[in-house]
Amino acid sequence: MKNRTPRPDRGWAFYGRLFAATFELSAFTFGGGFVIIPLMRKKFVEKFHWIEDREMMDLTAIAQSSPGAVAVNASILVGYRLAGLRGAYVSVLGTVLPPLVTLTLVSLFYDQFRDSRIVSFVLKGMQAAVVAVVLDVVYVLAKGIVKQRELISILLGALSFVATAVFHFNVVLILLACGLVGTGMTLTGHVPHDVEEVP
Amino acid sequence: MTLVMLFWSFFQIGLLSIGGGYAAMPVIQHQIVDLHGWLSLPEFADVITISQMTPGPIAINSATFVGLRVAGLSGAVVATLGCVLPSFAIVLALAVLYYRFRSLRLMQGILQGMRPAVVALIASAGWTLLVLDFWKGRPISFRLPSIDFVSVGLFLIALALLRWKKPNPVLIMAGSGIAGLVAYLLTGTS
Repeated sequence: MKNRTPRPDRGWAFYGRLFAATFELSAFTFGGGFVIIPLMRKKFVEKFHWIEDREMMDLTAIAQSSPGAVAVNASILVGYRLAGLRGAYVSVLGTVLPPLVTLTLVSLFYDQFRDSRIVSFVLKGMQAAVVAVVLDVVYVLAKGIVKQRELISILLGALSFVATAVFHFNVVLILLACGLVGTGMTLTGHVPHDVEEVP
Repeated sequence: MTLVMLFWSFFQIGLLSIGGGYAAMPVIQHQIVDLHGWLSLPEFADVITISQMTPGPIAINSATFVGLRVAGLSGAVVATLGCVLPSFAIVLALAVLYYRFRSLRLMQGILQGMRPAVVALIASAGWTLLVLDFWKGRPISFRLPSIDFVSVGLFLIALALLRWKKPNPVLIMAGSGIAGLVAYLLTGTS
């Protein structure tokens, strides 16, 4: 059962790519932490093939249920997964630098920035694309879950969506509740055993 | 001394803001406005506005903004560090547990249950942003004047390109920003 995802070669070139990737992702994370998850998935799962889809979802669950910003947490996890502690340092640096630099610049020119119509038009245009990126990834991930033909999983997804989007329940509680249901599924033998091993 | 206070204050913000983003706002406000008076309430509201217009988490953005205000660039760096450190420790501890125990059946069950919820959370974030964009933050209605058609159009084009061409999403976002600037200037909406 050893079909773990390939680990990239961890030379200087690799750290450079990891830094560049997290820097780019962070620089385009408008509209809340969750936007970085679809972007990370595109980069690390689809483009570089460094991480599998399922593992990426597990890391997202951990990132969301830990204290702190989701974007920062997710990049710590991805960095650690790819290259241990050093990877985590590199990806956190890449994630934190763009807001640090932008905010430093913006705070110098704050009044002009806030009142600029040009800036607000560009940002509105970009936000439309952000929504498209997020929903595109939702489509891919939801298709993967529906394909498993596990009724409970599909129900959990649908209920969680209603609970957050309509009733604004606490996300950590939702994740915990779904984890509990998952535990119940194990006890009744619903969990597939085709899990890859990671050293 | 100020640097130590900044560090400790943002350490607490990093530790206590579970759920990220807007869940962090009251914690930040308590530390920065109520406790230390580093920013006035209107200034804090400005930080929130900037955070919505620039990339990056609100907590990191306010760390930079407040740090600069109080102690210059070193303040910004120290505050950001304080903000990230609790995440670093806790998330790494959880990651170690995850990789050690994830082949256990029980762990498998928990994760199997959480995965659909993760997809649902992303979908919910997408839905919230979509409503905000298409209806400019006003209540949903299907009367034509209340819908931002530029935004709807850009969204559909971006989605089609993403589905069929699979480009780098960052390119799509940049392109959409330029297209948005042109379209909003032409239609004269604000």
